[in-house]
Amino acid sequence: MNVQMTEEKKSMSWVKPVRYVICIFLCILSIFPFYVLLINATLDSNTIVKGIHLIPGGSIINNYKNLMDPIKNPQNEICNMWESLLHSLIVTVPTVILQVYFASFTAYGVTVYNFKFKKLAWGFIYAIMMIPTQITIIGLLKVSNLLHMDGTYLPLIIPAIAAPTTVYFMKQYMESGFSVEIVEAARIDGAGEFKIFNIIALPLLKPAMATQAIFAFVASWNNLYTPQLVLGSAKELSTMPMYVAGLQAQDYQRDYGMIYLGLLMTVIPIMVAYFLLSKYIVAGVALGGVKE
Amino acid sequence: MNNKKKTVEYGKYGYAFIAPFFIVFLIFQFYPLLYTFYASTLVKAGRGSAVTFDLVGNYSKFIFGSDKTFWYSLGITVVLWLLNFIPQIIMSLLLASWFTDQHNKLKGQGAYKVIIYMPNIITAATIAVLFNNLFCSQGSIIVFLRDICKVKIPDGGILDHGWYSLIIIAFIQFWMWYGNTMIVLIAGIMGINPSLYEAAMVDGATANQQFFKITLPLLKPILQYTMVTSCIGGLQMFDIPSLFNKGGPDMLIGQDKVRSTRTVVMLIKDYIAGGETSSSYNVGRASAYSVCLFIVTLAVSMIFFLATSERKEHK
Repeated sequence: MNVQMTEEKKSMSWVKPVRYVICIFLCILSIFPFYVLLINATLDSNTIVKGIHLIPGGSIINNYKNLMDPIKNPQNEICNMWESLLHSLIVTVPTVILQVYFASFTAYGVTVYNFKFKKLAWGFIYAIMMIPTQITIIGLLKVSNLLHMDGTYLPLIIPAIAAPTTVYFMKQYMESGFSVEIVEAARIDGAGEFKIFNIIALPLLKPAMATQAIFAFVASWNNLYTPQLVLGSAKELSTMPMYVAGLQAQDYQRDYGMIYLGLLMTVIPIMVAYFLLSKYIVAGVALGGVKE
Repeated sequence: MNNKKKTVEYGKYGYAFIAPFFIVFLIFQFYPLLYTFYASTLVKAGRGSAVTFDLVGNYSKFIFGSDKTFWYSLGITVVLWLLNFIPQIIMSLLLASWFTDQHNKLKGQGAYKVIIYMPNIITAATIAVLFNNLFCSQGSIIVFLRDICKVKIPDGGILDHGWYSLIIIAFIQFWMWYGNTMIVLIAGIMGINPSLYEAAMVDGATANQQFFKITLPLLKPILQYTMVTSCIGGLQMFDIPSLFNKGGPDMLIGQDKVRSTRTVVMLIKDYIAGGETSSSYNVGRASAYSVCLFIVTLAVSMIFFLATSERKEHK
């Protein structure tokens, strides 16, 4: 066996270098557009239209001035970049908190308790996981109108309470890493059911909640379709992706330096967060696939 | 036994714990779904006129009638999905097999994963506008290809050319998603019992044989799962085509002029909001499209569930 393996290694000596070269090429492919973005954000428009540049220039401050200028970038009149980032935070933070808290709440309910419709409820949650929200948008607009939520962020935030996929992952986690005995011990000590959940169960679910919070954050932060339709004409409430869409809207005489800087400003926060949390994110992605 | 009795007593709390989920689901997802069905029966007679109830009016006119817009959009959406999914699954499988290859262990796998996955986490809107600016007629990449590499670029640039736009959008989707699929497949391969490979090696199986006879069959459930989630996601494709070239130029299919990169969800949005690509508001029409997209999505997941349950029965 040993002989066979060394033989195989000899004949395959080219395999590893080839794979390294391809992997490095793919990494460059992943980074390259962002590198061009970074460089172009520091150049003036006249330089950018001459091709690809690899060395930064000195126009970043000028680009920033244009980006914030109400004439060069007309959407500033309604909502500028910083405001759009703030709006995205105002939507995303409560969304993440509600989504992760209530997903844990719901998953706890179907894991810890035995009740008549438990199987049915769980089967239902599992079945609706695949329904995409884009399809029901017309009805969501109607609900928002009926509940007088037009022109507010509520129709974007409240639906997070019913996030079937997050419930699914929380339940998966509870089944493997949470013992119902702890709940029973707490009951003997006289704690109420909701208190047991909040004080005892929640801290034990922290690792899974953190992973789910990252993905909930990314989904809400990056969402373009729902805010675009729900906020509709209330452009002063624009979120970051809507602002980005507005950046591209001026077709004639584009100021490329300004656009690239605007894009860069929206990429930087998420890039920093990604490299800080990449270990957990990659692990979370892997978890997502092996659930079947 | 004693255990069970106690939990039964507390059973009613179970309802309290699942109540918020179901209340919010009913109001914000179930009612909207029903309302969308209802709205699809409201027919708009003309510009500015009131709507009338007609159960099949919108369907007979906009789905099964002479207006083939929906089917073209659905076709374009499916083409976009296939153009990105086929290379994506092949590339992901290949990379996953390299990263799990015990004979040729690659160093720095963690870093590769982190970098290749990165585009997936960046705002799709930002990526679409970025690629628009790189590929428009004055865009850095186009200028580089045209002036420095002397590649022939069609008149009016790439964005005014239907097929080129489709290919670039498919490439962006591929580029954003193959890292995700790769990580999922690596996890799947790592989950396969290593003793199977050991046994195969003792029997003298080659690396290729191991891949096709052990890895692929055992990976089938995960491949199916990847395919169905990707397909459902692909059917809802919106951000990239919408911001990359706003539905693209008209393309001639037979006698009909078709927006070359307008996906179904973009079409729906155009009739809800007027949109940048059409000035007609017709919620009934948009609802009929939504219902049809819902049915297609449902059909895809049903096929998937049938395929997986069949597999379980065989076992």
